[in-house]
Amino acid sequence: MTGKNRENYNKNYIAYVNSFDPPTQHFKNCFRAFLVGGFICCIGQFIRIVYEKVFGLYGDELAGLVSVTLIFLGTLLTGLGVYDRIGRYAGAGSIVPITGFANSVCSPAIEFKTEGLVYGLAAKMFVVAGPIIVYGVLAGTAVGLIYLFL
Amino acid sequence: MQTIFFNNKPKIVATGTIAGPKESAGVVGRYVDKTLTDDMYGETTYEKAECKMLSYAIAQAIQNAGLTEQDVDLLISGDLLNQIISASFAARDFDFPFLGVYGACSTMAESMAVGAAFVNAGYHKKVVAATGSHFSSAERQYRYPLELGTTRPPQSQWTVTGAGGVLIADMGASNGYPAITAATFGRVVDYGITDVNNMGAAMAPACMDVLLNHLRDTGRKARDYDLIVTGDLGALGSRILKDLTWEKGVDIQPNHVDCGEIVYNVIEDEFQGGSGAGCSALVFNAYIMDKIKKRELNRVLFVATGALLSTVSSGQGESIPCIAHAVVIENEV
Amino acid sequence: MWGEYLEIIWGFVKAFAVGGSICMIAQIVINFTDLTAGKILVVFMLVGVALQGLGLYRYLVEFAGAGATVPISGFGYLLANGAIKGAEKGFFGAFTGALSAASAGISAAVIFSFLMAMFFKSKSKKN
Repeated sequence: MTGKNRENYNKNYIAYVNSFDPPTQHFKNCFRAFLVGGFICCIGQFIRIVYEKVFGLYGDELAGLVSVTLIFLGTLLTGLGVYDRIGRYAGAGSIVPITGFANSVCSPAIEFKTEGLVYGLAAKMFVVAGPIIVYGVLAGTAVGLIYLFL
Repeated sequence: MQTIFFNNKPKIVATGTIAGPKESAGVVGRYVDKTLTDDMYGETTYEKAECKMLSYAIAQAIQNAGLTEQDVDLLISGDLLNQIISASFAARDFDFPFLGVYGACSTMAESMAVGAAFVNAGYHKKVVAATGSHFSSAERQYRYPLELGTTRPPQSQWTVTGAGGVLIADMGASNGYPAITAATFGRVVDYGITDVNNMGAAMAPACMDVLLNHLRDTGRKARDYDLIVTGDLGALGSRILKDLTWEKGVDIQPNHVDCGEIVYNVIEDEFQGGSGAGCSALVFNAYIMDKIKKRELNRVLFVATGALLSTVSSGQGESIPCIAHAVVIENEV
Repeated sequence: MWGEYLEIIWGFVKAFAVGGSICMIAQIVINFTDLTAGKILVVFMLVGVALQGLGLYRYLVEFAGAGATVPISGFGYLLANGAIKGAEKGFFGAFTGALSAASAGISAAVIFSFLMAMFFKSKSKKN
């Protein structure tokens, strides 16, 4: 099977294989993502109110410490082996919140600790989350430069 | 001709198997030599655990044959990890030559066929063929860190934690053991599947290719075999294989069984069943070989399938080339 | 007195609705494409940067509070907002603003991940 003929057969085969795909349960997936994502945001809101009313924080300090607390919770649940269970249930609902970012930093760090503290834990720490920092810095700086010259 | 025939009838004298905790709960649990309750097997890393399981399977196969290390002439082994470290590190524990092979999940059939060829030719008297895999080490090499919260797609399979080995020997005219009578080495087949989670669909065409060539070379029909055992196509892959062979006029429906499909009791998070080199090594050497030894099955075609991808190739958007090797195991009647 | 409580509860409702909706949109994107978790995070972060670059995301933050800042798009908002504020001070500010604003989050992720990796080891999965 060579050339054109082969490409044809491949397309047929891939279409045939795709016909076995179970239908995505859009409603169930989305509902779970909405529920868990919303819940995590509510935890964030709760922490925010506590810091604001009880400790009297405000502004950047308040926003920063809310993030730090959520990241702590995300890494803790990852370490305890709970976050991947939540992720299996919630899909995007646990990936998109900042706790999901914490999970994607923490899980490779835990996983690759066996390869050493430098080339394992530290080097692999941003294997999943690194792109967020890279493109975040690129895009953020681009926005800053655009505002500077406008 | 893709098929080679072993006229001197190299015999499978003994098998050695070890299963992880999840696998022990399934059908193979009652047949394996050792079941683990802890998949770390007392080691500090998953790679070391996999290596230790493979060592156990090799040693147990030798022991079950009533032999000692000095009697064995050659070890043929491979596994899924980069540079087949489990196999070569396991070979470090033994005092005989080692031949490393790689056929991804088809390693069991490949090493058995190569071993049988050496024994048949008379170069070696006793050869051990073994392979194994570990869920956690495969997961972190091929997919994501274990603790990352991702969803498993429904086409995915679950890498089997376990290892199995066989001791192939030239037993002369002795009739008491099942013999390896023929082997068909497969061609690399690629139908353009790129989804790394859909291994069954990627491997089914390779399996069909070697199966049809084997039947053509031997002049046999599918029903001439008591059982056709495929490696780790999983539930979806098996269904595709049946469709593909049916299209070519071969009906394997009545006597086909897939190791990946039967290795776990409950198909829940495993979705399509088991996979990995350990899957066919475990199911075939523990469960199917037991049936052959009891003469409940007398002629079995064992086709192990493997997906020859790496994280680099799939990262570069390559499709998944696959391979399958077939081995015939017969009781002399 | 009651008004204050009602406002807090209303704040939770808004956070839940907006945060949940952002996650639901991400799930819809995942359902219809083959984007993996890492790519989804990047895309939503970039959406946050772009929206704040256009000056829009801050309205969502004012409206929904944690509902808009907790999702990863809020991280993008933080980066863009920092860069915009920095740009007011000059070139150097525009250059350092983005990462300065995100420094708390990144430091926390590194420090806590390191500590967790020291304390825990990855658990193999039974299912």
